[in-house]
Amino acid sequence: MSLSVTLTINHVPRTIDLDDPRVTLLDLLRERLNLTGTKKGCDRGQCGACTILLDGRRVNACLALAISHDGAEVLTIEGLAQGDTLHPVQAAFIAHDALQCGFCTPGQIMSAVGLIGEGQAGTDPERVREGMSGNLCRCAAYRGITEAVVEATQAMTTQQEAA
Amino acid sequence: MNRFDYVRPRTVAEAVAAGAEPGSAFLAAGTNLLDLMKIGVARPARLVDLNHLPGLSSIEALPDGGLRIGAQIRNADLAHHAQVVRRFPAVAEALLSGASAQLRNAATVGGNLLQRTRCSYFQDTASACNKRAPGSGCDARGGDNRLHAVLGWSESCIATNPSDFCVALAAFDAVVEIEGPAGRREIPLRDFHRLPGSTPDRETDLAPGELIVALRLPGEAAGFAPHSRYVKLRERTSYAFAVVSAAAGLRIEDGRIAAARLALGGVAAKPWRATAAEAALVGAAPGADAFRAAAGLALAEAKPSGDNAFKIELARRIAVRALILAAAGTPARLPALPASPFAPIPGGLHG
Repeated sequence: MSLSVTLTINHVPRTIDLDDPRVTLLDLLRERLNLTGTKKGCDRGQCGACTILLDGRRVNACLALAISHDGAEVLTIEGLAQGDTLHPVQAAFIAHDALQCGFCTPGQIMSAVGLIGEGQAGTDPERVREGMSGNLCRCAAYRGITEAVVEATQAMTTQQEAA
Repeated sequence: MNRFDYVRPRTVAEAVAAGAEPGSAFLAAGTNLLDLMKIGVARPARLVDLNHLPGLSSIEALPDGGLRIGAQIRNADLAHHAQVVRRFPAVAEALLSGASAQLRNAATVGGNLLQRTRCSYFQDTASACNKRAPGSGCDARGGDNRLHAVLGWSESCIATNPSDFCVALAAFDAVVEIEGPAGRREIPLRDFHRLPGSTPDRETDLAPGELIVALRLPGEAAGFAPHSRYVKLRERTSYAFAVVSAAAGLRIEDGRIAAARLALGGVAAKPWRATAAEAALVGAAPGADAFRAAAGLALAEAKPSGDNAFKIELARRIAVRALILAAAGTPARLPALPASPFAPIPGGLHG
């Protein structure tokens, strides 16, 4: 079997030759495609900095072998905004100062987009906190993060109802 | 990570054949396996990828009212499946108390049954570990062992099984369906994991090449749905492994316990089904006295394997708490923090 993988990354189909099956989705994004918005924190599934959407579901890119996800659709922080229009979660993170150093922020935002899509937490801050517990923030901006996710959930619900 | 060959079987038979070759490991989500490969604890020569196999990703209703769950079903999908939530709520609660949303979106049912211990000496290749390197010794004995086993451990190994899911599965008599070089067979989940004895490297009943294809939850277990809970004590509020945990189910008729299910997690190398405690509860009035007596029986054989005597009392209390919460009734919706021992107890009982 030739080691090539076809992925739709941020809406663009890409076929990538791999010289080694050990490449994770995280390393593929960062090292091969220069999509460095997805961060490498612990590289062991403990911090959530590498969170991406894989076929619409939030996962840790560090614990996914690229070769195993042939045919999948990947969305990273770079693919979230529509041109100059920020995604509601991005806008809410700015409005609520939901970060300090910003290292965990792409993972937080992708995780929040996944959480809102799952529809389990709604706007209950306790459920949002639990739903976001796979994303650590060493600056402890958790209060702003929770507020931002709640506000973005409300904004996206209003948008959907208007549509 | 070591170099490995990557193979992508198209059928279960191909997967079993590839898996039976020496040095093979099955790759499901990889949330545990890739982690262990990165730190050099797992060094498979060949990864047999299960992610492109047909037929392992459905949940079917069974004639007895139970469910058959394909091994490649993801934890999150199982936890939110309407029939699981309604008929096996403690299984859903256990699943949602484990790991993070990202990991639950990836991790599979089959993989969860094969989750390796979080013993830090197992994970550190510079340490002696009979599980990782048979015959090398056990640095956990006499080491930092406050979270290690209090039941079923041996001088060879004092590690615990980290799964939450398996605790609920053990309580409710799940059955594991296996496909292997010698054909198909099944085994109760309770008998699937082994105690360490002198061979802690043999963690399950699986032979080389044998593949978990499905898990069955029996319809009989759904009778406990109105009174089923999972409770888990963690060292932080969320996203942590259990220090100790308990799955409990009660069938209450005319104010008396007609049947009980109780299993403990975080205490042994396998999920610990407490059958003596269950038997003692039958006929009793549901209440703190009966639950304390049952929890005492569940931990009767427990002994510290190091600086962990506190876990025996903690496990008793978590078992009592799980039984009290189960008696109070399964909530219509799982709480924001599933399995939390800090939730208020309905009716004001105290464990």
